[in-house]
Amino acid sequence: MSALWTLETLSVRQGSKTVLEAASLAVAAGEVVGIVGPNGAGKTSLLRAGLGLLPVTAGRALLSGQAVGALKPEQRARLVGYLPQERRAAWNLPARMIAALGAGDLPEAKADALARACLARVGAGDLAERGVLDMSGGERARVLLARLLATRAPLLVADEPVAGLDPDAQLLTLDLLRAEAAGGAAVVVTLHDLGLAARTCHRVVVISRGRVVAEGAPREALSKTVLADVFGLDGELVDTPAGLVLAARRL
Amino acid sequence: MSLIRLCLLMLLVLAAAVIAAVALGETPLAWGQYVQALTHPGSPPGEVLWTIRAPRVAVAALVGAALGLAGATMQGLLRNPLADPGVLGVSAVSGLGAAVAISAGLAVIPGAIELSALAGALVAGALVVALAARFREPEALILFGVALSAFGGALTALVFNLSPSPVAMAEILAWLMGSVQNRDALDALRALVPMAIGAALCVRAGEGLRMLTLGEEAARMSALPMARLRVYAVAGAALLTGAAVAAAGVIGFVGLAAPHLVRALVRDDPKRILWPSALAGALLLVLADLAARLIPTEQELKLGVVTALFGAPAFALLAWRAARSWRS
Repeated sequence: MSALWTLETLSVRQGSKTVLEAASLAVAAGEVVGIVGPNGAGKTSLLRAGLGLLPVTAGRALLSGQAVGALKPEQRARLVGYLPQERRAAWNLPARMIAALGAGDLPEAKADALARACLARVGAGDLAERGVLDMSGGERARVLLARLLATRAPLLVADEPVAGLDPDAQLLTLDLLRAEAAGGAAVVVTLHDLGLAARTCHRVVVISRGRVVAEGAPREALSKTVLADVFGLDGELVDTPAGLVLAARRL
Repeated sequence: MSLIRLCLLMLLVLAAAVIAAVALGETPLAWGQYVQALTHPGSPPGEVLWTIRAPRVAVAALVGAALGLAGATMQGLLRNPLADPGVLGVSAVSGLGAAVAISAGLAVIPGAIELSALAGALVAGALVVALAARFREPEALILFGVALSAFGGALTALVFNLSPSPVAMAEILAWLMGSVQNRDALDALRALVPMAIGAALCVRAGEGLRMLTLGEEAARMSALPMARLRVYAVAGAALLTGAAVAAAGVIGFVGLAAPHLVRALVRDDPKRILWPSALAGALLLVLADLAARLIPTEQELKLGVVTALFGAPAFALLAWRAARSWRS
């Protein structure tokens, strides 16, 4: 199984502050990898550095084995789709045009058809003509997810895709991303909800102060010690009929 | 409505406005004189229509189209409905170029003021392009634009301050107020070349402007060569603005208002808004110039004064509405 995304000892310094310190990660097709960590731990920086959006001071990032810095925009767009944390749309474009932005490589008519299909997949088929600024946060999140799916990239990277969504929309979002992984894509998401991460991700990567401090299956990565040391929580993952949940209190 | 149908419809409206602007003016003509002008272009009524009014209307339409297109491009690039060529400081530096030329006594050389104004716009444009390549955040670009604008204004004031002759000062002031009075066909042709290049650049950047809807990061991760498209947009808007200032002096608010007139008709799409904005800008300026000629005043009103009188309240209204949408 070859890695679709490889980060080799990435370090990022901004001014005198170390944002990332020798962070490594390899993501293969078919898996959903969750990146968790406290606020300011470097989750977003890890994604951005790995995608070539942030200059790195050491290490390298590879997309399907090719150095990310050497890729042309259209080559990079074929290898990875990215859903940034920034959810603001500047203009009130109809949902189908927002979704079609994911398929910038296609002629307009084809991109439009693909956009409508992706909107239908995220359960927003009836929103196609509605302006994104006239939507609720949950509706807009679906449209942005449709844009991510429209990239048809083998690697999908989503920064906090469930932030601000109601529980149903959170589960729907992760179900859709899991379905993409089941279809052969590699999916990387950053999450704040540790229980949700444990339930939905095949593998969890814990980041603290710019370092990868734990990595593995949810139960191993989110062990009692990690919960205590990184998150300041006294707790553990508990098996329930609905999957793993986090039972914890502040230390 | 499809884009082509919208543009055709707007062209029809513009054509009607152009005909009205050529037909009407300070000198009232009788029906017989219109007929005479059509059949004998060399007759006195023909002179009024074809050598005084028609070139003036053509320059107004071209300048309006250039400013409208530049405004739509800047708004798309900066993802800000309040952006326009003035925001980038291009208008201010271009006006400074003209002021320096007039004060240096170059007005006697034909085309010197225009070239100086265009040079000023290109210098400002080059500065902005260099900055745009270095700083990707649109906010940074706006702040630099504000600084450039203030600096250009300060230097223009300095030229005023040091100007030895009151005649030159009056000339500079007239230029800064903007006008299409006494333009000939050659003026229209001279403006056409830089405007065509600028328009081509802006339209080429359209795809990138649309991609910027979801922010800088999403655009950078797209398949489009955003760095290049960004330079196209800034360079195109600078050329259009420079050519407009060279042809008619500093005329504000058209670049701001034109895109807003057509925004709803293209469903806010920053790419499809480009040509309709150009047509709306042309329409606005042809009508504003007609108003400047028809409003009975001792001194003919300056075009820039007319657009500012209508444009500033419109700007306030837009800012009011935008602030309300930001709050919610």
